[in-house]
Amino acid sequence: MPEPLLNVKGLSVEYRTSRGTNHAVDNVSFTLDKAETLGIVGESGSGKSTLGLSLIGLIPFPGKIVDGTITLDGKDVLKLKKEELRKLRGTGICYVFQDPMTSLNPVKKIGDHFVEMIRAHQPKVTKKEALERARNLLKDVGIRTERVSDYPHQLSGGMRQRVMIALAIALNPSIIVADEPTTALDVIVQAKILDLLNSLRDTYGLALILITHDLSIVLERSDKLMVMYAGQVMECAPSHVLYSDPQHPYTRGLLKSIPNIELADQKLEAIAGSPPDLLGLPCGCRFWPRCKEAFERCTKEEPKLFRTAENHWVRCFLYDQEGETQ
Amino acid sequence: MEEKNSIRKSMLARLAAVIPVVKSLTTRKGLAGKLVIIGAVLTVAIVVMTALSPWITPYDPNDVGAGDPLTAPNSQFPLGTDLLGRDLLSRVIAGGSVMLEVAIISVLFCAIIGIPLGLFSSHTGGVVDRFISLIMDSIYAFPGIILAIALTLVLGRGVINIALSIAVVYIPSYFRVIRSQVLSMKELPYVEAANSLGAKRRTILRRYILPNVLPSTIVVATVNFADAILTAAGLTFIGLGVNVSIPDWGRDLTYGRTLMLSGNWWVSTFPGIMIILLALGFTLMGEGLSELLNPRLEQGGAK
Amino acid sequence: MTLKTYVISRILLTIPMIFILLTTVFVVVRVLPGDPVQMHFEKMASPETVDRVRTLLGLNKPIYLQYLDYLVGVFSGNLGKSMQDYSLVADQVFSAFPATLELAVFATLIAVLVGVFLGVESSKSYNKPKDHVIRVFGIVTYAVPVFFLGMILQMVFGVWLHWLPTGGRMPTGLAPTGMNVPLSPSSGFSAYFLVPSFVGLALAGICLVLAKMRRKPIERRLWTRAVILFVVGFAMFAGLGWYFVSAGRVHLSTGLYTVDSLLEGNPFKFGLSLKYLFLPSLTLGVVLCGIFIRLTRTNMFDTMRLDFVTAAKARGLKDRTVTYRYALRNAFLPVLTMMGLEFALLLAGAVLTETTFSWPGLGRYIFERISFRDYTAIQGAVVVFGLFVSIVSLAVDLLYAYLDPRIRL
Repeated sequence: MPEPLLNVKGLSVEYRTSRGTNHAVDNVSFTLDKAETLGIVGESGSGKSTLGLSLIGLIPFPGKIVDGTITLDGKDVLKLKKEELRKLRGTGICYVFQDPMTSLNPVKKIGDHFVEMIRAHQPKVTKKEALERARNLLKDVGIRTERVSDYPHQLSGGMRQRVMIALAIALNPSIIVADEPTTALDVIVQAKILDLLNSLRDTYGLALILITHDLSIVLERSDKLMVMYAGQVMECAPSHVLYSDPQHPYTRGLLKSIPNIELADQKLEAIAGSPPDLLGLPCGCRFWPRCKEAFERCTKEEPKLFRTAENHWVRCFLYDQEGETQ
Repeated sequence: MEEKNSIRKSMLARLAAVIPVVKSLTTRKGLAGKLVIIGAVLTVAIVVMTALSPWITPYDPNDVGAGDPLTAPNSQFPLGTDLLGRDLLSRVIAGGSVMLEVAIISVLFCAIIGIPLGLFSSHTGGVVDRFISLIMDSIYAFPGIILAIALTLVLGRGVINIALSIAVVYIPSYFRVIRSQVLSMKELPYVEAANSLGAKRRTILRRYILPNVLPSTIVVATVNFADAILTAAGLTFIGLGVNVSIPDWGRDLTYGRTLMLSGNWWVSTFPGIMIILLALGFTLMGEGLSELLNPRLEQGGAK
Repeated sequence: MTLKTYVISRILLTIPMIFILLTTVFVVVRVLPGDPVQMHFEKMASPETVDRVRTLLGLNKPIYLQYLDYLVGVFSGNLGKSMQDYSLVADQVFSAFPATLELAVFATLIAVLVGVFLGVESSKSYNKPKDHVIRVFGIVTYAVPVFFLGMILQMVFGVWLHWLPTGGRMPTGLAPTGMNVPLSPSSGFSAYFLVPSFVGLALAGICLVLAKMRRKPIERRLWTRAVILFVVGFAMFAGLGWYFVSAGRVHLSTGLYTVDSLLEGNPFKFGLSLKYLFLPSLTLGVVLCGIFIRLTRTNMFDTMRLDFVTAAKARGLKDRTVTYRYALRNAFLPVLTMMGLEFALLLAGAVLTETTFSWPGLGRYIFERISFRDYTAIQGAVVVFGLFVSIVSLAVDLLYAYLDPRIRL
C-alpha cells in the first residue's frame, strides 16, 4: 500500500490556562491519501478547528502540541524549522478560514492579495505575472477577472469565499483544509462552494479536509469521515459505511438530526444536553452524560478506539470485542 | 488579660492570612505579582532607611570637612565626598526625608480633595458635573511641571506649599478615574435599589461605591506618588526646591551638575540613583497592582 | 455620532477651555497673595520705584481693566513687557518657541519609533524573558528623572567620549537662516512657484495619507479631491506670492534649524543641527517611550488575535510582513491619540531637558525668568505653552475622530 500523503498519529493539543488544562485534541490519528476527501465533523468545542490549525502550526496561544506526529510526504511537520514551516503554508497545506469577511485584508485589493502571497513564496515572480496568475485563478473559481482590482468589501460573501479558495490553490498545495467553509454563507451558495471544492480536487488532484459541524454537507462529498467529540475521535469510517451503519451513539444522533426532504413526517431528534466544559471533563467516556445507551462501565473507564471492520473504528464500549484498538 | 490575648490572636491570624496571599503573588505566572513585591520591598526599604538615618549614618551628613572635598569613592567614604567634604553615603542615607515628606503630603492632599470631588461630581451629574469636569480637564491637559512652577512661584517655597502645588497638578487624575468608575456603577441595580429605598447620598457613596472604587484609586495613588517625587526633584532642579539645610537628594543632584561635567560623577549619580529607586518602587507597585486588578490576555481554549 | 457633530462640539469645547486657562494664569499671577512687582524686587525697592514700574507695566489699573488688557493682548500677540528688561515678552517667547517645537518633534519621533518597535518585539514573546526585560525597561525609564538621564548622557557622550556636544543648539554664528528667494517679475519663475507647490503638495499628501489610514481605497473620487486640494493650496499661496513680489523677495525661515538648513541648501549645517539635537531628544524620547511600549504591546495582542492575521500567516506570508503590514496598521491609531495626550507631558519634560542641555527653547526661557523673578515673562510663556497644548490636543482629537472607523462621515 502506498504511503498516505498525510499521516497524523496520536496528536494531542493542550491549552494551558490559569484555570486548568484544556485537552482540546486528545490522541487523534488519521491518514489522508492524495485526492482523497476527509470530513471532520463535530460540535463547537470538539477540537476540530484546533486539529486543522495544528497541521500548519498556527494554534492560537496558549495552545501547544504536546504529543504525536504529523507526517506530510514523509516529512515530520512538527520538526520543521520556522522558515520551512512558513513555506509549507500555502505550498504544502493551505487553510481556508471560516469567515471570509475577516480573513481578507480590507485595505488590499484582491489582486494584491495574490501578488503578496505568490511573491512571498516565489520572489522572482513579477507583479505582472502574479496578477496574470490571479486572473486565471479567479476564472477557475468562477469569478469575473475584472474583480482583480476590487477591494474585499465590494464582493459578496460567496465571492469572497471563492477568492479565499483561489488563494488556497494559487501555489498548488497538496492539501486544502477548509474550516467551516460554508457556515457564513446561505444554502444555495453553500452547495456551489462545496461543488467548487470538489471539482478543484478533481482538476488539481488535491486532498481535501473539510471541517464542519454540519454532517449533511460532508456525508455525500467526502471519501471518509471522522466524528469528533470533546477532543477525541468517536468514530471513523468511509462515508458510505458511516451512513449505512453508524455505530457510535453520537453519530447516530447526528444522523437522526439531519432533515430529510423525502420523509414527510420526520421528527427531528436532537441530542440532549450540551458539549462538556473541556476544563472539567466527566469521568469515563466523554459522551456518557448525553448517551442513551450508556451503562456503568461508561461512567468509569475511558473507551479506546475499537476496530469493527477494516476501516471502521468506534470509541464505544458497545463494541468492545477482541478487536484492535488504536 | 484574656481580652488582650484574644486581640493578639486575631491579629496574628490576620497576619498569617497575608502570607499565602504574598506567596501566591510571587508564584503567579507573569510579571504582575513579582512587580508588586519588588516595588513594595524597595519602597519600604527606602522608607525604613530614611527613618533610621539618624542612627545609621557613618558620619554626620552635614559635617563639612569630614573628609577632603571631592574624593572619589574609596574604602573610607564608599560613595565619595562632595564639594564641601561631606560624606556622600551619609547624605544619601538621610536625603530622602524631604522628598518623602513632600510626596506624602501631596498625595494626601490629592486624595482628600480629589476623591470626594470625583464622587460628588459624578454622582450629582448634570451641569455641575460638566462644569467641574471641564475645569479638571483643563488642568489635566496642562503640562504638569509648568503648573507646579507657576504655583510654587506664587505660593512661595516650603514643604507644604510645594506639596500643594504638586497636588493640584495630579488631582484631575484621581478625579477622572473615580468619575469613570462611578458613572459605570451608577446604573447598577443595587445602587439604584438603595437610592429608591431612600438612602442618603452620603451613605450610598460611602457604603456601595467607595469600596469598589478603592482598588483603582490605590493604583492611581502609587503612580501619583512616583510622579510627585519626580516633580519635586524637577522643581528642585529648577531652583524651586525646599530651602532647608537637611540633606536632600534633589539638591545634591542639582548642585552636582557642574561637577559632573568636570568628571566628579559620584556627587550627582548616587542621589540620582536613589530618586530613581524610590520612584521605581512606587511605579512597580502601581504597574503590578493594575495588572492584578485588571487581568487580561489570559485566553485559550478551543472553539 | 457623526463627524460633523463631533468636530463642531470639540471645537466649541476648546473655547471655554482656553478661557479657563487664560483666566487661571491671570488669577494665579495677580490675585494670589503678594504683589508681583514687589516680589520681583524682593521687597528691596523703594515705594516710588515700585509705583513707577507698576505704571510702566500697566499694573496700576483696576483689575478688570487689566484682565481685559490681558485678554486683548493675548489675542493680538501682545504678551506684555518683561520685568527684567522691559522688552516685549512676545518677541522673546516667539523666538524661543521653534526650538522647543523642534525638540518636541524629534523627541516624539524617538519615543514612538523606539516604543513601538520594542512594544512589537515584546508582544511577540509574551511572558518570555525578552518580554519581561522590555517591560521593565519601559517602567524604569519612566522613573528616571529626565534631567538626571540628561546629565548622565551628557557625561558619557559629551565628556567621556567626546562624540556629541553637551549643550546648545548650534555653534555660535552658524544658525541657519533659511531660504532667501529673490523675486522680481522677471527672475526665478520657478522660485516663485516653489512655495505654492510645496503647500499644494503638502495638502494633497496629507489628504491621501489620511484616506489611506482610514482604510479607504484610493479611488478616483479621492484623487479628484487631492488634485483639488493641490490646486487650492497652490492658488492660496500664489496669491500671497504676488504680495511678496512687491517686496522684492521672499524670506522663508521657520526657526527650526533642521528645516532651515535644508531650505538654505546647506547639508553641513543640517548635520550639525542634528548633532546638537540628538542628545536632548534622545533623553526626552527615552523617558516617554515606556508609555508607547505598553500601548503597542497591548494593542498588538488584541490585533494579532484577529482572523485576518491568522489567515495571512496561513497563506505563508513572512512573519515580518504580517507583523508590520497587517497588525501594526491597526495598532497605530491608539498610538496616534496617545501622541497627542503625551504632548503635555513632553512639554513639561522639555523645561527640564532644555535647562540641562542649555537648549534655547521656551522651557529654558521660563527657567531663566524664574531666577530673575520676571513674572510677566513667565506668565506669557505659560500662556503660550497652554495654548499650544490645547491646539495640539484639538488637532489630535479631530484627527482621531476622522480616522476612527466607528464614527461615520
